[in-house]
Amino acid sequence: MSAHVHSTFRRIMPQLIILIAVLFLNFLVFPDFFRIEFQHGRLFGNLIDVLNRGAPTALLCIGMTLVIATKGIDLSVGAVMAIAGAVAASLVVDGHSWQTALLGALAVGAICGLWNGVLVAVLRIQPIVATLVLMVAGRGIAQLVTEGTILTFVNPGLIHLGAGTVIGIPTPILIWIALGLLVTAVVRKTALGMLIEAIGINESSSRLAGINSRVLIVSVYLISGFCAALAGVIVAADIKGADANNAGLWLELDAILAVVIGGNSLLGGRFSILASLIGALIIQSVNSVILLSGMPPEFNLVIKALIIIAILVIQSPTVKHALYILRASAEPLPSDPIKEAKESPQ
Amino acid sequence: MASATEPVLECRGISKFFPGAIALDAVDLTLYPGEVHALLGENGAGKSTLIKCLTGAYRRDAGKILLDGEEISPGSTQDSQKLGIGTVYQEVNLLPNLTVAENLFLGRQPTRRGLISQRKMLTMAGDLLAEFGLRINPAEPLSAYSVAVQQVVAIARAVELSGKVLILDEPTASLDRDEVQLVFSVVEKLKARGLAIVFITHFLDQVFEISDRATVLRNGRVIGTRELKNTSQTEIVTLMLGRQLEDRIQDRAPARTGDTLIELKDFGKRGVMEPFDLTVRKGEVVGLAGLLGSGRTETAGLIFGAIQADQGEALLEGRKIGLGSPREAVAHRFALCPEDRKNDGIVGDLSVRENIILALQARQGWFRPLPKAKVNELAEAYVKALDIRLASLDMPIRLLSGGNQQKALLARWLATNPVFLILDEPTRGIDVGAHAEIIALIEKLREDGMALLVASSEMEELVAYSTRVIVLRDRRQVRELKGDEITTSNIVAAIADDTMAEAV
Repeated sequence: MSAHVHSTFRRIMPQLIILIAVLFLNFLVFPDFFRIEFQHGRLFGNLIDVLNRGAPTALLCIGMTLVIATKGIDLSVGAVMAIAGAVAASLVVDGHSWQTALLGALAVGAICGLWNGVLVAVLRIQPIVATLVLMVAGRGIAQLVTEGTILTFVNPGLIHLGAGTVIGIPTPILIWIALGLLVTAVVRKTALGMLIEAIGINESSSRLAGINSRVLIVSVYLISGFCAALAGVIVAADIKGADANNAGLWLELDAILAVVIGGNSLLGGRFSILASLIGALIIQSVNSVILLSGMPPEFNLVIKALIIIAILVIQSPTVKHALYILRASAEPLPSDPIKEAKESPQ
Repeated sequence: MASATEPVLECRGISKFFPGAIALDAVDLTLYPGEVHALLGENGAGKSTLIKCLTGAYRRDAGKILLDGEEISPGSTQDSQKLGIGTVYQEVNLLPNLTVAENLFLGRQPTRRGLISQRKMLTMAGDLLAEFGLRINPAEPLSAYSVAVQQVVAIARAVELSGKVLILDEPTASLDRDEVQLVFSVVEKLKARGLAIVFITHFLDQVFEISDRATVLRNGRVIGTRELKNTSQTEIVTLMLGRQLEDRIQDRAPARTGDTLIELKDFGKRGVMEPFDLTVRKGEVVGLAGLLGSGRTETAGLIFGAIQADQGEALLEGRKIGLGSPREAVAHRFALCPEDRKNDGIVGDLSVRENIILALQARQGWFRPLPKAKVNELAEAYVKALDIRLASLDMPIRLLSGGNQQKALLARWLATNPVFLILDEPTRGIDVGAHAEIIALIEKLREDGMALLVASSEMEELVAYSTRVIVLRDRRQVRELKGDEITTSNIVAAIADDTMAEAV
């Protein structure tokens, strides 16, 4: 067991170092960054904000990690968030309970995921094209649900999911941590994780080994749709309304970025949900540093872009190879008795 | 006829070295005008390397190429085209969305006042195609025509551009019998025009049908050049495979074959494999012999559901079963170690341990994970039983040597406790030690009562372990050898089909 903990720790080490570095940057620009207070029955502090505001990206990257592990990608998650928010809002506006609204939104999210999964696994459409369909169409569907308006609601149960607290901790934090733990447990305590990795590494071999790749690929898109729906409900609940145009806008890119920062290869294979979640926190901490430093928010996108470039460059085979060569040449060569013998007469 | 004239192309002592390998070792090849010269050899013999040296795709490391008596060193395929050496590949290298005429004249369209003259181009294309006996509309897109017609268009373009030497690299691999005739009629015309044609194929019948001479390569060397008029197919096959054809009767334990396990009736798929019947009993090793492209891998794939059969039925112990996917086959306790270990066998980045339990876990379903202790026990047991050499069970399987990867794949399937094990080229690319161990394992599994089907290009190997050998040729089963009939020379004879007993 300790060996397992050790290998997990080694896997997430680079992400942890980046996270700590960015958090330290936060501390430099805003010395009170790490202060957490307990007021009005709720925890307050910048660190709590990072955890809370990072919830949508964190939720999305859980599903996205699995999709990317199968060599796929899900561009539709932002749009699915908008659909799920719209469905939840319209259900409570129609007088249904918040539980019904939540379940309805999650079901719709799962159906969206199923649609993507069928396009990818059964019709064999390239994932980037298959999910682009719903990315574009999804906001239209969400607008149809809200009938073109920002659908506001006052249902306290639903609002609690986005803006409430449980024993002083904001609910979204608890939701993403719980879902992260649940999905990690499911994929690692069953054989799901290994089979997903096998498909991502070599689908032909996996199929010939008798793995039902079709069902597994459909299921990862389904999980991704479910995660997106949950994120959509939280975002809608937070602003007490469903905004079909802006809810989850561009968030699919943040989710993909979180997965990539988490050290998961876009070429599929080995994955770590934990590392992706740390990736999501890194993104949110970067947002926070820009906000706290008083820089105009325009810088946010540019700095994010710089981080993407830096990480992709470090991950590129060319740089990896160069680093490998550098390290190999820096190390003293193992002594070669024949060579030494040859050189000694000189 | 050929010796009367000067050769059009002469290769003298061509060598090509790759890191750690000699691809071509002082190869000589002489082409006379008006001859079709077949270039033969198994995969890796050096055919493509030689062609690439001729067409300028590779630089030769030694030797001379003389074209009409003058030394040439083409630096690119365009270079060699200009010099007069044209090439047509198996996959047509044209643009299917352009018209036939545009494909023929791409890059050198006839112009009028600086603009392309469509009308002139269409007439020219029509005339050119008529020379090749092809009456098609050159204004239609190329994709409107069959692969054979596209192939002829490619040949027409190559001949127009070059016109001295034409290299046909497996031009008939994806054509049916009538289409082959169309291509061959064009080749005959070009031969009459005095072109020298190099013909590469795996179909021996076609070699004898169209070629005047054949040069056989093996391991980068020319083994021999023969006038085909005075040569038997057996001689050519023997040259290609290079076996010492001693008839060693193996002292194998008398086959105590059990009940029939698998019965395939009229099983096949159009365009992949002619329908065949096959019965495999428990405690029996059925060998599949044949040249490359004869249908060995296809047979294995069909039975395992990797290729879906479109006719025939399969019976397992008398009960009809479906073999629509590998998953279904695995559920019936079938197993397949594929020929292409890297792309169809191992999951490179997963650990050796995970690779070993993969098929068993897939059959169990993801929600019933094998307990950790069981996984370790299984993996360690097979590593020991098959003597898989590794530093750790946690290392990615891609880091193992070929022989150890193959053993790990065998372990993967043995862990599923199969009733029927299909091995496709189980000893390809592995070292001598592992080779002997795998053969011993096959014998042991047979003695334990498993049914095995083994496809291999190593004839000695098949002779050593098979209780029956089925010989394939041009995607058909042509002969079955039993008991004392199983000798390398009988296999070669069946592959070459000298007797021509059955009409085609």
